[in-house]
Amino acid sequence: MTAQAVPGTASQAVPGTVPGTVPETVPETVPPPWPQTRPGPAPEPAPRARPMTPAPYRVRSRRPDRADTVTLSLEPVRGRCAPALPGQFTMLYAAGVGEVPMSVSGRTRHGGYVHTVRAVGAVSEALCAKRPGEIIGVRGPFGTAWDLAAAEGLDVVVAAGGLGIAPLRPLVRELLRRRSGYGRISVIMGTRTPATLVYARELAHWREYGLDVQVTVDHPDPADAGWTGPVGLVTRLIDRVVFQPRSTFAYVCGPEPMMRATAAELTRRGVAPERVELSIERNMKCGIGWCGHCQLGPLMLCLDGPVVNYGRVAHLLAVREL
Amino acid sequence: MDAVVIRSLDPLIGELRSRGYTVVGPVSRDEVIRMSEIDAESDLPAGLTDEQAPGRYRLGPAGDGMFFGFAASPDSAKRFTQPPSRTLFRMHGETVEEPEEPAPKVALLGIRACDLAALAVQDRVFLGGRHPDPGYRRRRENLFLVAVNCAVPGGTCFCVSMGTGPRATSGYDLALTELAGPHRFVAEAGGERGAEILRLLPHDPATEADLHAAREVSRCAAEHMGRSVDTDGIKERVASAPESPQWQEVASRCLTCANCTMVCPTCFCTTVEDFTDLGDGTAGRTERWDSCFTLGFTEVGGAPVRGSGAARYRQWLTHKFSTWFDQFGTSGCIGCGRCITWCPVGIDVTEELAKLR
Amino acid sequence: MGATGRDGVPRLAVWKFASCDGCQLTLLDCEDELLSVAARVEIAYFLEASSAAGPGPYDLSLVEGSISTPDDLERIRHVRRVSRRLVTIGACATAGGIQALRDFADVREFASVVYARPEYVATLDRSTPISAHVPVDFELRGCPIDRRQLLEVVAAFLAGRRPVVPPHSVCVECKARGNPCVMVAHGTPCLGPVTQAGCGALCPAFNRGCYGCFGPMESPNARALNRQLRELGMSTPELVRVYRTFNATDEPFLRAGDAAADEAAREAGDAP
Repeated sequence: MTAQAVPGTASQAVPGTVPGTVPETVPETVPPPWPQTRPGPAPEPAPRARPMTPAPYRVRSRRPDRADTVTLSLEPVRGRCAPALPGQFTMLYAAGVGEVPMSVSGRTRHGGYVHTVRAVGAVSEALCAKRPGEIIGVRGPFGTAWDLAAAEGLDVVVAAGGLGIAPLRPLVRELLRRRSGYGRISVIMGTRTPATLVYARELAHWREYGLDVQVTVDHPDPADAGWTGPVGLVTRLIDRVVFQPRSTFAYVCGPEPMMRATAAELTRRGVAPERVELSIERNMKCGIGWCGHCQLGPLMLCLDGPVVNYGRVAHLLAVREL
Repeated sequence: MDAVVIRSLDPLIGELRSRGYTVVGPVSRDEVIRMSEIDAESDLPAGLTDEQAPGRYRLGPAGDGMFFGFAASPDSAKRFTQPPSRTLFRMHGETVEEPEEPAPKVALLGIRACDLAALAVQDRVFLGGRHPDPGYRRRRENLFLVAVNCAVPGGTCFCVSMGTGPRATSGYDLALTELAGPHRFVAEAGGERGAEILRLLPHDPATEADLHAAREVSRCAAEHMGRSVDTDGIKERVASAPESPQWQEVASRCLTCANCTMVCPTCFCTTVEDFTDLGDGTAGRTERWDSCFTLGFTEVGGAPVRGSGAARYRQWLTHKFSTWFDQFGTSGCIGCGRCITWCPVGIDVTEELAKLR
Repeated sequence: MGATGRDGVPRLAVWKFASCDGCQLTLLDCEDELLSVAARVEIAYFLEASSAAGPGPYDLSLVEGSISTPDDLERIRHVRRVSRRLVTIGACATAGGIQALRDFADVREFASVVYARPEYVATLDRSTPISAHVPVDFELRGCPIDRRQLLEVVAAFLAGRRPVVPPHSVCVECKARGNPCVMVAHGTPCLGPVTQAGCGALCPAFNRGCYGCFGPMESPNARALNRQLRELGMSTPELVRVYRTFNATDEPFLRAGDAAADEAAREAGDAP
């Protein structure tokens, strides 16, 4: 689940930061530590009296990634925030506008949440417009996390479609932090046009750390003759990275058709379905199993997802309109 | 405490009221049995019975003086445990306010075995998981449940199939069985809270004849179920039918109006809505009943996941009879038949299930 | 468009086309809230409440009424040009209104019967919704509109959210309100299952069937409902009539009415 996986139509990447704001830390030395991850349900935050009431957080920094996408770092007005595991999400609330699920895409130096938000609707537009010092309501973190332990000793393929990279970013950082525990690590990423690529600087860092990072675009921007990379779906990049299918673990996030195609292609090449994880997006109103909106067959994706095992859900994803 | 016989409900109603309970029981209003506040036994719909069929409900004289000679009313306990709408919070700047959630002390008089089963299902949904709902807990704890064992099942009832009735076996404070000749009630306490009240009421010990008569009421009722469902392997049977052509067929009749989910005592789905005060701009959220039959229910990125009526009906039926087991370890259906009676076009879940075979 | 008025307060305009004024009067009916509204927006153009026509542009235009004259066609384009957000209010503006019944007959014939000098009456053959002519940002249904929903549209505009105006059936509101179903319990024909919520299930609360003044809900199945309405004793002409009222040319109701009308024609043909 990217929470805002609808491809945008932005025209220009805007790297860098807003003057006067604190840039989010990029891994110049060692990525900040994530809490130890483990398979199965992630630990939940301490129970609050009213689980549907958001806690006020302040925008600490705001970095435009593209014309319609910003990365916000949020810190609680009072107290501390519960640690989020890579893959988990929070419910972000813009007062008077609404609340949306949003994957956590990083952690601030001071322990807050980093979210990359694309403006695709009224709520995400309102969130994107928040300036440093302004208030956003936060509930969570909720849901399941990427299973890092299950990939130990294996080659790793991380596949992202569009803003699907956002929930995968903390995963990649954690893989980097424990680099020796894994085999070859490849990141393949599809984006609509060169201009819609997010985290360009971070991708460069990952390359410097020795990851094989490949990017493809749906359409090379006709106005920008600079694109010399691959064109086409992200599945075409599977040929360009090296992994041993029978000892590979894959993490996939993007629009659902992209995830289905990628998971099917990986398993066709011999990756076990149980070694593919997806992050699935559905309508979520509560994040805690009360509202019933996010059901996918037997799953309530706010509790049993967003990260799910492909082996467990492939038959569900094959049913139209489930 | 052993079963006793009571002749009148007025001492019970009085005792409950003196303990601060609003007593809510069946009344006849607008030609329908409704659950509404009562002051005395005389408010009960004596001598009335209902005729229930798919898409049809009629109230008429029964030719007797019985107080509870009808089946499920359109009102279940859901309205009291999960109100149709509630304010969650208000927020102004960084100030968040949580309004006091009303949790009135309510005694439900005349609740049926199927509705007790529905409450047990709701308890699993709202209290059994990782995120219990404190508001639900308070409302639930403030309910005093006086069950009445069904004597006259409706034409759309199938509690026997679902193993939830017609006799109340647990989950009540008091259970009554209404008997005629002479008119009296066999009363049993389901726990100390009920026994404490029962001891205070004028009563006689129940004789073996009374107990036998009470058992006969439930036995007869069990033999007069209007509907039945073959529950053998139902979870797997429904789960394995996502591509059945039957979903298209029922969709041609289904209005996607959501009535079935609104009257269902276990349907718990909600949505949230934002509001802002026009005066000072304070923002807030409310939660209200929602339904898997609305398009907004599955909207992601501007389009619904379940756009077709077939997919929406499939979701509802599959959830009730199959995936509910996966999520909550129990059936979502308790066999009250409300969804059949109150479907404006009379779609019958028991028939739809049979056709899935 | 920099429309903002005094002290940065958004400017609101209310426009009238072919209609009865009932919907814009709903705004005046919001007595308790009107002061709050007036404090948050500048009501810059509202002929119903004052005679001063403020100059544009406007942040929010509420448009009542349908397009039924050649002059309307010109004026609505002007309204769109001077409005940042344009919200249509009521069945006339969102669906053509009751005057769209002319679409099913010859309007010139009506005019010749009603008016002494029909040649002075400039009217179009059809009464059409605003959205048939200019882009509309939001449509608020009802005949008349519901005051709570109108206030929500204004509040939502100020907050930048999508108005909370659910497009599901009346039945959802009806059950939440605690009404028993008039169709099931009394055999009263009701359009609630195919009609959009918003009225608070007003008619069923008074033991009357819904007559569809909020227009079709998000996924109406009129064919299935009609089978039941016939079971309850509605004749074909009655069926045609219930769909041809306030939202007669709204597509799902148009089709439902047409289908019933076709049957009426067949029945007439079959008659001896």
